[in-house]
Amino acid sequence: MAKNFNEMTWKEFDIAFMVTNPGCSADYRTGDWRSQKPVTDKSKCIKCGVCYLACPDDAIRLAADGTYDFDYDHCKGCGICATECWTGCISMVEEEK
Amino acid sequence: MAKRIGIEVSLAISEAVKLANVDAIAAYPITPQTHIVEHLSELVADGELQAEFIPVESEHSAMSVCAGTSAAGARTYTATSSQGLALMNEILFIIPAMRLPVVMTIANRSLSGPISIWNDHSDLMSVRDTGWIAIFAENGQEAFDLTLQSFKIAEDHRVMLPISVNIDGFTLSHVIEPHEFLDQAEVDSFLPPYEPLVQLNPDKPVSMGMVGIPEIYFEAKKAQDMVLIESKAVIKEVFKEFGEKFGRYYHVIESYRTDDAETLLMTMGSISETAMEAIDIMKDEQGRKVGLIRLRLWRPFPHEELRELLRGVKTLAVVDRAVSFGSPGGPVATEVRSALYNSENAPYVASFIAGLGGRDVTIEHFTTMVDMAERMAEQREVHEYKMIGVRE
Ligand code: SF4
Ligand code: SF4
Repeated sequence: MAKNFNEMTWKEFDIAFMVTNPGCSADYRTGDWRSQKPVTDKSKCIKCGVCYLACPDDAIRLAADGTYDFDYDHCKGCGICATECWTGCISMVEEEK
Repeated sequence: MAKRIGIEVSLAISEAVKLANVDAIAAYPITPQTHIVEHLSELVADGELQAEFIPVESEHSAMSVCAGTSAAGARTYTATSSQGLALMNEILFIIPAMRLPVVMTIANRSLSGPISIWNDHSDLMSVRDTGWIAIFAENGQEAFDLTLQSFKIAEDHRVMLPISVNIDGFTLSHVIEPHEFLDQAEVDSFLPPYEPLVQLNPDKPVSMGMVGIPEIYFEAKKAQDMVLIESKAVIKEVFKEFGEKFGRYYHVIESYRTDDAETLLMTMGSISETAMEAIDIMKDEQGRKVGLIRLRLWRPFPHEELRELLRGVKTLAVVDRAVSFGSPGGPVATEVRSALYNSENAPYVASFIAGLGGRDVTIEHFTTMVDMAERMAEQREVHEYKMIGVRE
């Protein structure tokens, strides 16, 4: 992962803050302003994949056992996955410091 | 070999732009700048200059096109005046932030209202804080020479900033003067082709003009100011190289008969010629200890050089040709006072505003300013500014 913007001094940026390396948000943590995060009670999960399809941020990953994990570097905490989950096994919990 | 040619200053500037072999020109005609780009369009149409001449529907577009052509790696030139410069304003801020070395002649003209096509410096002062390097020419020869030097300064990889070369509208732009031209080989030996530091190129993609989120905007502005401040060293280098090559030396502040002077006049632009005559009369006929300094470089402001030049000077009369409405002095005088404020033995600074909207500034006006400044200095009069030549 590239160095975060808020860790760089004015001398470390490219000329005129141009972006000289094409890239995308995969290189950065974009989920750091989230106030709530989704957590799954995996004992109730039926592995249907609805949460995976519903996430607008592509922040849900298929785990080895067929359930789904969250990519907290990119999850924005919108709660759509929790709303869409059939079994109600995803709940939104407050972020802690 | 250099030729001596009698030519209108505007046309001499166009010829300098041609000799600089620009790739792109975008401009909208506005009085009193018009002759410059008119002549350039002829040079392009006649095939004498291989460049894209891009006619646009406004100055806002002219400066936008300049941003594009410069980002694409083209040596880019434009010229404007007054309301045209005001209309460019939004893009003027973006050009230095994107580090695009555009060169622009500003034929200085007062801003409306009332509507005025005549000369003063209110147009440039309105864009003081956009981040452009700003240089003042006093006569046609300087305008020609500084145009060529500007490309070299702007395109230096340590700089990569836009420059405005300021010439007084009509009083300079429309007069015919003798100019020592340089020939193409001489210019080529001084000014290499433009090599962009980064450019828009599909084979090597970059994104320019990025969003400055709060995490980086502050750093972006610091970086921009540092490069502008540090450009002064490169400007001096280029002035020196030009002088050594062609025998005409330029300085960030020029001084005229300042040896043993206790009172100095300070001017910018073409009124300096009249000021020199006033100094000659005061020195030679009245034996007064006066001298003149004229500011060549307005941005970055040459603070250290100013403090150096003012050592031993008791009184400084700064002549502004613009009003900074509601401020404690003319824009230049305010700058000078602030540059001197914490230095020891700083001279008394008197702020005068003269020659607004094309009003003549005469030898008598300069003498009056020197008289007044000396009297005010003696009484340590606390004052904001005084207007000279206005009917009370
Ligand atoms: S909270 Fe929103 S962003 Fe985060 S995983 Fe669920 S759907 Fe995706
Ligand atoms: S939507 Fe609910 S039940 Fe279905 S895979 Fe996701 S967490 Fe499991």
